[in-house]
Amino acid sequence: MSSVAVEESTAPVISASGLSLTFETRDGPVHALKDVSLDIAPGEFVSFIGPSGCGKTTFLRVVADLEQPTGGTVSVNGMSPEEARRARAYGYVFQAAGLYPWRTIGGNVGLPLEIMGYSKAERAERVARVLELVELSGFAGKFPWQLSGGMQQRASIARALAFDADILLMDEPFGALDEIVRDRLNEELLALWARTGKTTLFVTHSIPEAVYLSTKIVVMSPRPGRVTDVIESPLPKERPLDIRDTSEFIAVAHRVREGLRAGHE
Amino acid sequence: MALCRWRVMRGLASLGPVSVVVLVLFGFWYLAAVWLNADWARDKAARADVELSFSELVADTLSQDKPKLPAPHQVAVEIWETTAEKKVTSKRSLVYHGWITLSATLLGFGMGTVLGILLAIGIVHNRAMNNSVMPWLITSQTIPILAIAPMIIVVLNSVGLSGLLPKALISTYLSFFPVAVGMVKGLRSPDAMQLDQMRTWSASAAQTFWKLRWPSSMPYLFTSLKIGVAASLVGAIVGELPTGAVAGLGARLLAGSYYGQTVQIWSALISAAVLAACLVGIVGVVQRVTLRRMGMA
Repeated sequence: MSSVAVEESTAPVISASGLSLTFETRDGPVHALKDVSLDIAPGEFVSFIGPSGCGKTTFLRVVADLEQPTGGTVSVNGMSPEEARRARAYGYVFQAAGLYPWRTIGGNVGLPLEIMGYSKAERAERVARVLELVELSGFAGKFPWQLSGGMQQRASIARALAFDADILLMDEPFGALDEIVRDRLNEELLALWARTGKTTLFVTHSIPEAVYLSTKIVVMSPRPGRVTDVIESPLPKERPLDIRDTSEFIAVAHRVREGLRAGHE
Repeated sequence: MALCRWRVMRGLASLGPVSVVVLVLFGFWYLAAVWLNADWARDKAARADVELSFSELVADTLSQDKPKLPAPHQVAVEIWETTAEKKVTSKRSLVYHGWITLSATLLGFGMGTVLGILLAIGIVHNRAMNNSVMPWLITSQTIPILAIAPMIIVVLNSVGLSGLLPKALISTYLSFFPVAVGMVKGLRSPDAMQLDQMRTWSASAAQTFWKLRWPSSMPYLFTSLKIGVAASLVGAIVGELPTGAVAGLGARLLAGSYYGQTVQIWSALISAAVLAACLVGIVGVVQRVTLRRMGMA
């Protein structure tokens, strides 16, 4: 293997340097992001944690080409965010499932495929495959109102996976769910990530959620939104739910908490 | 099955209050008829030099040929005679006149709906149209329809258009507005997240329209259609007034007022109201069926 090939395989999927975004508002400029530099390697699970206004969602939206940075650069798969969006490089999961009430679960999951011009046969095949991934096989013909909130959010994850983007952007996807459902979905998300190897960016408010899921935790602080700490998780890849009682887990959670506190001063 | 029975029971339960209200209204109507027609009855009696007892007075007020306010049963008899007992092709049949008005209403309503939807699409998708068209739409509705209807009829007549189309155009004029306003709101009803989601899939404007905006706007569309169809009927009736009262419910109203035929006026009014209620009811049924099938009801 040549050194070039090795370098290619470890080249960051997402690379931000000096990234800034300032919103002009009536009360003056708001620095949503200030001088954020970050590299994310293929297959990583990166959580962004911090209080509201720290720019974690804004960072995700810049990567997704939903916001335009006012300074610095960001590349996604070596492309600009706009090129990456057009190349369908990522699937985006929003806080609300946002399923269309007039479409069945299968129809909702197949919606991006319809938009992207997949044939009917391929749509059916892919919808069946991703619904199985999120354990919703057999629910394709049901309507969203017939599913619980947790199942709806799983369907929205299936929808983001349907077109085989290798990056998954998740903006507080479990924020509106109760803790028991959230625990289950966290476990399932980890299993899904292990099976698919997708590079995942995950925005959350919850310290245990961030520590449990991530290979890397980015701690951010507000006014201006910036990165205060980047923690490489020492936890093994296999993570049963009770890993949260181990001393390593508690140590990482402690460091995240310290980072959040430091950012507040 | 149980649900069905429950619906029927709820329907029966509401029957009581509804019939009480109807009875009270009829009571007031009869009282008003006696009160308003009493002067004429007394005049007649004075000229004939007879003294009327109270019961004779009441009986007279409820059976005059040209009362100020006809009693409900007189209107009911007139409606029965001019619908069930006349051939529908007869010029004296209310069904014939109703159909003339209804056909103009439906044509105008159809054109108004299409025009309203097209305007809404333009306003939602084009910034220039959003800024320029809306004020004109609102201005158009501040002009009294009674002022503009004769001009439309006369102008169109002079270029050789008469009959159904000019009346339908007045219906269009009244019905496109609620549809346009409702659809602007409806097509804008998807929230920022849903639009962002479309963007993450790099959906085109046409795809966003057909897959998100159009289905989202359906509840708004039907609400507007209910207002629009009633306004269309008003437009068609108003459009019949300046034509010299040839045919239609509007013509019946006008002819009735020329000859002091109050019973005929009231029967045409009641027919128009029933027709409007039926049209709104039909739109309501289509709304319920469509929205239930879409999982939005």
